[in-house]
Amino acid sequence: MPLWLFVFLAALAVLAALGVVLQRNPVHCLMALVVVLLDLAVMFIGLGAVTVGFLQAIVYVGAIMVLFLFVIWLLNLQTEERRVAGSIGLRFFGAVGAAALVAELCVFVVKAPSTAGLSHVPPTFGSIGAIAEALFTDYLIAFEATSLLLLVAVIGAVALARRATASRTRSPVPVSPAVHEQIGARQ
Amino acid sequence: MLTWVPIGVTIGFAALVVAIMVTINRLVAPRHRSPVKDLPFECGNPPSGSAWGRFSVHFYLVAILFLVFDVEVILLIPWAAEIRRLAGFGLGEALIFIAVLVVGLVYAWQRGALDWD
Amino acid sequence: MAVDLVIAAIRAVVMLLLVLNLSAILLWFERKGSALIQDRIGANRAAILGVGARLGLPNLGIVNTLLADPIKMFTKEDFVPAGADHFLHGLAPFLALFPVLVTFAVIPIGDTVTIGAHTFDLVAADFNDAALYVLASIGIGVYGIALGGWASNNRWALLGGIRASAQMISYEIAMGLAIVAVVATYGTLSLQAIVREQGGVWFGWLPRWGIILQPIAFLLLFTAGMAESKRVPFDLPESESELVAGYFTEYSGGKQAVFMLTDFAEVALVAMLVTTFFFGGWQVPWLYRDGFHLPGGALVSIPYWAVVVLGVVAFWIKTIFFCWLQILIRWTLPRFRYDQLMRFGWKLLVPIGLLNLIVTAVVVVMAGS
Repeated sequence: MPLWLFVFLAALAVLAALGVVLQRNPVHCLMALVVVLLDLAVMFIGLGAVTVGFLQAIVYVGAIMVLFLFVIWLLNLQTEERRVAGSIGLRFFGAVGAAALVAELCVFVVKAPSTAGLSHVPPTFGSIGAIAEALFTDYLIAFEATSLLLLVAVIGAVALARRATASRTRSPVPVSPAVHEQIGARQ
Repeated sequence: MLTWVPIGVTIGFAALVVAIMVTINRLVAPRHRSPVKDLPFECGNPPSGSAWGRFSVHFYLVAILFLVFDVEVILLIPWAAEIRRLAGFGLGEALIFIAVLVVGLVYAWQRGALDWD
Repeated sequence: MAVDLVIAAIRAVVMLLLVLNLSAILLWFERKGSALIQDRIGANRAAILGVGARLGLPNLGIVNTLLADPIKMFTKEDFVPAGADHFLHGLAPFLALFPVLVTFAVIPIGDTVTIGAHTFDLVAADFNDAALYVLASIGIGVYGIALGGWASNNRWALLGGIRASAQMISYEIAMGLAIVAVVATYGTLSLQAIVREQGGVWFGWLPRWGIILQPIAFLLLFTAGMAESKRVPFDLPESESELVAGYFTEYSGGKQAVFMLTDFAEVALVAMLVTTFFFGGWQVPWLYRDGFHLPGGALVSIPYWAVVVLGVVAFWIKTIFFCWLQILIRWTLPRFRYDQLMRFGWKLLVPIGLLNLIVTAVVVVMAGS
């Protein structure tokens, strides 16, 4: 990846990330996050991890952000008002947390190994074959554990949604079973 | 490089064409605003209340089921591409993976998460 | 190198122009075709200075649909309802059409061509992860419809947008499972490689098309693809008898034209994907690089350039056939009910897709060992 492209993508990512934090309309924030994630996907592709880049686009942009959008709709989030001030304690902890994050980043940047010491990756690096091999040998347990994690996600969502629908009052109009049968509605 | 140039050209050209189609009306068409005309359409009535209401939790369930199965499909693609090389061992692993998620589908099905009323 | 880059850029632009024209022609196809199906006359009024009528030609409505309609569309007032989110309202049509157009870059329309010292395939971009590229851009296509409904400040639009996004993501699973099964069959994600695998014959006469190996995946992909394009019988997001016009209720002029064009571009995309995965793409039965090898053993030699041209023609014939099939289905079937739609997607297509994938995988591994 040429340097100018990297600089452009990095700047775009930072700008879009600022957009996520600073905008007040949740759907605008979400679109900014979509830009960040697509930007990262392009960076992955530019750095040779083509498959990972596409997986990033499919999973994060195509699925997780859509879920976020549904959650925004579900909760009917509207543009939030700019609040004058939070509580003093909250602001204090926020400042401490931000400072810690900045310090951590500084340490990380200083301690990062120089690029001269890096070895070249094999030409198959990032190809679908290499990923399949890694998934089914070194990361086999993680791969299978992922399926369990996803299963837990399904069960959790179904259980939560069931409680929500069960507590909802049903239509008070009595409908005879014959009508139910006719329209194929389920109890 | 030779792979990504046509993709870049496609993206740029498609963006240009669509952007022109979306903005051309603003440039060439008349624009006469009036408060009544600007009302959102609600079958002739003035709209009552906000258009954005809460909606059924079912849609959220569909979204999370989609997320789970989308990740499944995505994780299976590397396996499918290398299925011959991974052979029996890979097949067994993938079948376990699919089986766990089928349990999730069956559970959602049994609990009525896929029914609409 | 520079010439190769220019050729690559030209391939990309030509492919997009072909697709945009095909989408416009499909609009005419749809209007005149539906008239034919319903025993009506259809668009037949607009003409340029009455030239056609003076020459005694029947009016086929070409001026209507390809000239008058676009001019009308693009000179209409650009309407944004009060209280709508202006930015997202304008962005939504862009986000609907753009990902669909971008997908066409990986569809192979012909065999390898050599001009002078430059050899290239007739595909805008061919790379190892092309199938993933298709899945990614289809996944991103949800945003245009979802935001269009959300940004309009209109109940019908919001309902349409919610319905549309739930429908699209539901059928994406079936589509993905069908593509995984195809990938498992051919062991590659490159669409050009998949088309090449479909060359040649079995038993001396049967073309090695994907439909024979993966008939169920074909049905899955075709059905799910039609659902993705949100046309009858899957048109619940824009069902005019329930939701006015669904997610594009509050759109006018060019933006509405873009939403309509998205539908037709998706029809073309589904037709091309089905052609590429299951009907040999640009492969012509019994045609090899040196000519026709007929089942009887006879060889009809034709020059290589003619083979390439025949391949391109075959690709477009197959594509237009599947476009026509979708238009025929669209004007034949009634609309689903929403619970039927969801049941069809989750309780029928997804289990069938999983089963098809498992059977495919077992057979492929058994055959390989």
